[in-house]
Amino acid sequence: MGAGHGHRLHYHGHSVVHRMPAQCKIVALVLFVLAVVATPRTQYWAYAVDALVLGVAVNVSRVPPAYLGKRMLVEVPFVVFALVLPFVAVGERTELLGVTVSQQGLEAAGSLLAKATLGVVAALLLAATTEPRDIIAGLEGKLPRQLVQIMAMMVRYLDVTSDQLRRMRIARESRGFVARNPRHWPVLAQGAGAFFVRSYERGERVHLAMLSRGYTGQLPGLRTDIARPRDWAVALMVPLSASVTAASAWLIS
Amino acid sequence: MHIPDGFINAPTSVATAVVAAAGVALALRKAGRELDEKTAPMAGLVAAFIFAVQMLNFPVGAGTSGHLLGGSLAAVLVGPWTAVLCMSVVLITQSLLFADGGITALGSNITLMGIVTVVVGFAVFKTVVRLMPSSARSVAVGAFLAALVSVPAAAAAFVGLYEVGGTADIPLESLVAAMVGWHVLIGIGEAIITGLTVSSVLAVRPDLVHGARGLLTKGPLELRSGLSAQARS
Repeated sequence: MGAGHGHRLHYHGHSVVHRMPAQCKIVALVLFVLAVVATPRTQYWAYAVDALVLGVAVNVSRVPPAYLGKRMLVEVPFVVFALVLPFVAVGERTELLGVTVSQQGLEAAGSLLAKATLGVVAALLLAATTEPRDIIAGLEGKLPRQLVQIMAMMVRYLDVTSDQLRRMRIARESRGFVARNPRHWPVLAQGAGAFFVRSYERGERVHLAMLSRGYTGQLPGLRTDIARPRDWAVALMVPLSASVTAASAWLIS
Repeated sequence: MHIPDGFINAPTSVATAVVAAAGVALALRKAGRELDEKTAPMAGLVAAFIFAVQMLNFPVGAGTSGHLLGGSLAAVLVGPWTAVLCMSVVLITQSLLFADGGITALGSNITLMGIVTVVVGFAVFKTVVRLMPSSARSVAVGAFLAALVSVPAAAAAFVGLYEVGGTADIPLESLVAAMVGWHVLIGIGEAIITGLTVSSVLAVRPDLVHGARGLLTKGPLELRSGLSAQARS
């Protein structure tokens, strides 16, 4: 949507969740969200159990809930979609606050809101308790090696490139230019073009600098911390409880 | 717009994850030909470019603004395979580091925004460039049309996905009308910005535009000075 993605999410801390190796947290997050998504949609108590489990994890991490709350705004476009759903979906009609809406759409909206919210909070917790470079190191061995290396290079230079874009904007504004409507797009697009040339040339310089330090096409491993069986056991407790919840919800429904 | 968790059901999410993984694996193999051992630094910086350029706001008026999605732009500028890699890396990063886009929807998001936009955009671009005389203008027009088609195409692919694995029963016609209709408008904005951006790169560094390789012949060196230079630019 209109908002940028450049906000910083990491919340400095030393809790159990912060200290846990990133790979354990990533695997736990993926399994947890999968279990949440696989929960049958009308079993609302199951979402409450999942929320409780997630709440315990947030509490242990000592990340203030308000900190996560503010960053849940990325969800807003889909909240709007969920609110529209009961009115556009087909199926049996039902009364809600004096308005006739689709029963099925209402259920879908409820479960969409619950699942999306649980997913966002879980992902925010990972981002808040893990440094970006640790998240990428934690992906080693889970994703193709070259993909992880591209990610590592991207995150390493992300602040450099977005700062460059910011400086270009300040330069435009200091010359009295502020874009207000589509007639100003050519100027912005020229800026985007110049920004591409600068990013690409920076890539070439970085590549040459790497070559001069002996780069042969392989970067050394990124991972620094080793996950012990205990870490895995603690981390996997979260998705395990969500899976048990989802399984019992299926049995009941 | 990133799909969150719970929007597409679990079996469909797994299926799109398989499609996305296959697409990325193929792109990894082929991108080696576009970039060779430069892959990590160059693709990394291009991905950082896409990530940052998505933060550049284009005002539409009345206080609203939009931003680039960048799929077709990346395909024209750096080639389709590298573009798939860069878009995928951007989407994975947004999902894991910024909680934007669901973790289980990552496969769907990569398939739609990383693969469909790039593949459709590049196919349109190649067709246009082949049909038109080889000049900087046709490269820009190709980029414009690529973006124009690729955004509604991704929206249509989303509707298809939603039909298979959506969690609510919305009548197909109204979903198509809403999604594709709205994305035709978004596509027009994307197309204008993509075309303008590509032509501004062509003006200064035509050698960097992957889609223009072998198309542009070097013109004779021309010296401009004073008023005539200003008049020409």
